[in-house]
Amino acid sequence: MDIRFQFMKYRKIAGIASITIFVISIFSLGFRGLSLGLDFSGGTLVEVSYETPVELEAIRNTLIDNGYEDSQVVNFGSNLDVLIKVADQDGNSSLGENISQVLEKEGFKGEIKRVEFVGPQVGAELRDQGGLGMLVALFMILLYVAFRFQYKFALGAVTALGHDVVIILGLFSIFAWDFDLTVLAALLAVIGYSLNDTIVVSDRIRENFRTKRELDPQEMIDLSLNQTLGRTVVTSFTTLLVLFALFIFGGEMIKGFSLALILGVLVGTYSSIYVVANMLMSLTLTQEDLAVPEPEGADFDELP
Amino acid sequence: MNKFSIYQYLTILFVLVVGFTYALPNLYPTQPSIQVAYTDSGKSADQSLLNELENILEESTSDYEEIFLRDNKIVIKFSTLDEQLNSKTVLQNKLLDKVIIALNLEPTTPDWLKNLGGKPVKLGLDLSGGVHFLLEVDIDTAQQGRLELLLDTYRKTFKEDRLKVAKSSIKDLVLSFEFKDKDSYNKALKQYRTDSLGIAGLQYIITERPSSNVLLLEYSDIALKDIRDYAVGQNLTTLRNRVNELGISEPIVQRQGSNRIVVELPGVQDPTAAKKIIGKTANLEFRLEANSRTSPLRKEEFKFKDNEYSTAFLERGVVVSGDRVTNANTGFDESGFSQVNITLDMQGGRSMQKATSGNIGRKLAVLFVEQKNKSELVIDENGKSVIEQTSYIEKNIISLATIQAVLGTSFRITGVGNPQEASELALFLRAGALAAPMKFVEERTVGPSLGKENIELGMRSIMIGFALVILFMTLYYRVFGIAANVSLFLNLVLITGIMSILGATLTLPGIAGIVLTVGMAVDANVLIFARIREELKEKDPQSAIKDGFSRAFVTIFDANVTTLIAALILYVIGTGPVKGFAVTLSIGIVTSMFTAIMCTRAMVNIIYGNKNIKELKI
Repeated sequence: MDIRFQFMKYRKIAGIASITIFVISIFSLGFRGLSLGLDFSGGTLVEVSYETPVELEAIRNTLIDNGYEDSQVVNFGSNLDVLIKVADQDGNSSLGENISQVLEKEGFKGEIKRVEFVGPQVGAELRDQGGLGMLVALFMILLYVAFRFQYKFALGAVTALGHDVVIILGLFSIFAWDFDLTVLAALLAVIGYSLNDTIVVSDRIRENFRTKRELDPQEMIDLSLNQTLGRTVVTSFTTLLVLFALFIFGGEMIKGFSLALILGVLVGTYSSIYVVANMLMSLTLTQEDLAVPEPEGADFDELP
Repeated sequence: MNKFSIYQYLTILFVLVVGFTYALPNLYPTQPSIQVAYTDSGKSADQSLLNELENILEESTSDYEEIFLRDNKIVIKFSTLDEQLNSKTVLQNKLLDKVIIALNLEPTTPDWLKNLGGKPVKLGLDLSGGVHFLLEVDIDTAQQGRLELLLDTYRKTFKEDRLKVAKSSIKDLVLSFEFKDKDSYNKALKQYRTDSLGIAGLQYIITERPSSNVLLLEYSDIALKDIRDYAVGQNLTTLRNRVNELGISEPIVQRQGSNRIVVELPGVQDPTAAKKIIGKTANLEFRLEANSRTSPLRKEEFKFKDNEYSTAFLERGVVVSGDRVTNANTGFDESGFSQVNITLDMQGGRSMQKATSGNIGRKLAVLFVEQKNKSELVIDENGKSVIEQTSYIEKNIISLATIQAVLGTSFRITGVGNPQEASELALFLRAGALAAPMKFVEERTVGPSLGKENIELGMRSIMIGFALVILFMTLYYRVFGIAANVSLFLNLVLITGIMSILGATLTLPGIAGIVLTVGMAVDANVLIFARIREELKEKDPQSAIKDGFSRAFVTIFDANVTTLIAALILYVIGTGPVKGFAVTLSIGIVTSMFTAIMCTRAMVNIIYGNKNIKELKI
């Protein structure tokens, strides 16, 4: 048998590691929460580009002097670009223009590259919609996997997805990275991608359970993981290649997006090896679980 | 042996030809052009305007390539951006306010492609630069307005029918009448019931309080839907007119949901000016000036818009409101002074006639009604402080003129000062023709330089990502890798072609979706190749290829369906740029399945299909 690496030997350690990170993530999400981007928090954002670097502190003080107390001023990409964010203190849609005027008046005139305003109501709606969309996606995928495979696989798959999503959210919370609509989009794409991996592994486990009856579940799962390992690594590698290209060359506006995807691919690859297989081991997947009419079975008999 | 039937090859060829054809328009560069339309949106551009423009351009030194008429507009193409700007200035100086001139970039798609329906992919606002606004129509105010009109109507009706009214008022969107006797109460109830009958159903919800002779009236859901549809529809029309005044080549003004309107203005150079014109959340009221006989309860004092120290007393009753104004423009009277011509709709004309017939010599005021927002921190029931937004209404007089005759659907205001003041008043009148006030609930502005930067960065990431993947695949899988790379390239072409056919919009996250697809699309081929490698241990090359492809198919299909589910949900919940991501991701998944399975197989079949291979390098 071609079992090169005994993944399942380390399943307990992996399980503990997963649970620890998961719990830390939950705690961080519970206590720190996410640093919500403009899409969800509502508020006003102005991106200004200058010819020469400007003192952020000076801009900040100017804004405070003009009554914008809770404004954040940070560099965006380079020290020539300045991003000003004002929380939604009064739901006022002309804040962007007011800030531009203040800057111009106080000698910080630059090129206004971007102004965004999201009203409090719209922000709340996007928040609800995003959360709901995520749950619906998880549920639909659960249904599909349960329908195509078997409920134990479905449970494994959805546990893996929940694991991935919570850990990525946790990282965004711990490092206080901005969580906006594009990051949410990345998260949903991660759900799709991670599942992709999971299904490939599950598919092979299912196939081996049917054809290689002499192995015990642990060996079976190790064999399946080894068989799919080459593919998992190559796919993750090519995906990471393009994602790093996007992260490095794609510009500041999709940094968060590509970061979430990179994390997603890494965590997703890990979870399709350890979380799904671990779940299947814990749920003690048996031959009977798969003793359903096999569409592929007919093919095998014809083989020499 | 691994062979496709001739039909399979033809199908693949057909799909690829279609994909290539519709992706082709994206390779042609854009050409600077200007679009000219009449300021009066009721008038469409014609041959005479075309000739006029041609003459002006001939006389000046500016050069142009082509001039033609298309959908109510005249399009003039130039070979350089300088000529474009130059000609715009020349035309604008000659024609002034008669026309609206919009700068544009015209695609140079050749005619044969255009005839096939070929067009370049549309760029989202984050790539083209421009503004996105989401406006919310204040339905409560529209309803309040309607109720006030209703109150007036019933007061008159009841008076004519000699019903004895004790009190009448509107509170919390409920119209209330108190009568002095049972007889009046019953008659009014009967009147209400008759009036409530509509085509779609009952218009009113009537609450009877016979003990105190009070009748309460509210609009039913059916009536509210009508009010909402009317208000949003009227505001849409007004917004379209205002947007036209901006001279943008391809604006979008659309209803979203029950009471919101999306306005997208690609390529706007000055978002602040755009917002000023769009955002005039205003309405108008025509009212009579109060005279000595007006009771103090029936009059109100207002400030003038251009001079807040002078005021005038106006009657409370509204003669005509802004939603009845269909047009307003400037002109000159017999003695050469500026005037403003106003056109009302039929109902507005009738009300105006009624109000002015007995009142020649009195003054008629135009009130400009603006909605302004005020927010304050309040403590909610959970003890948390939340922001509560309240809007208040400010009304100022923009014109107070003596009625010289009985007015109807069209009349004029003379003595309005200089031509500039006249055109300002006309603009206010047009701007004020909104059925209900609106407020901005979302705004996203992307400067033109940022849009360009985003395209460059996005395209660069696609190129670099693509190059890396191609390099890796070639090194790792050799011949099969090259087949997979060709498929990957075909995949990019098909995505572009399908986006052009569907008229989908490309956004920055959309580009990221394409990049992601490039990375993920090789997955199908990697799965197949890995499978072939495995099968090779037990089988001869030809059956290994055959089984490798067929075994991997189920896995590929399952894996892609789930990503597609996630992408579709994203499409439903996402807005703007994120929707763009969902679109390219979905398209990419479908096309990558086609190219990775069908096209790679076809190539492998052509290379290895008919040979007796001893050893397969993979």
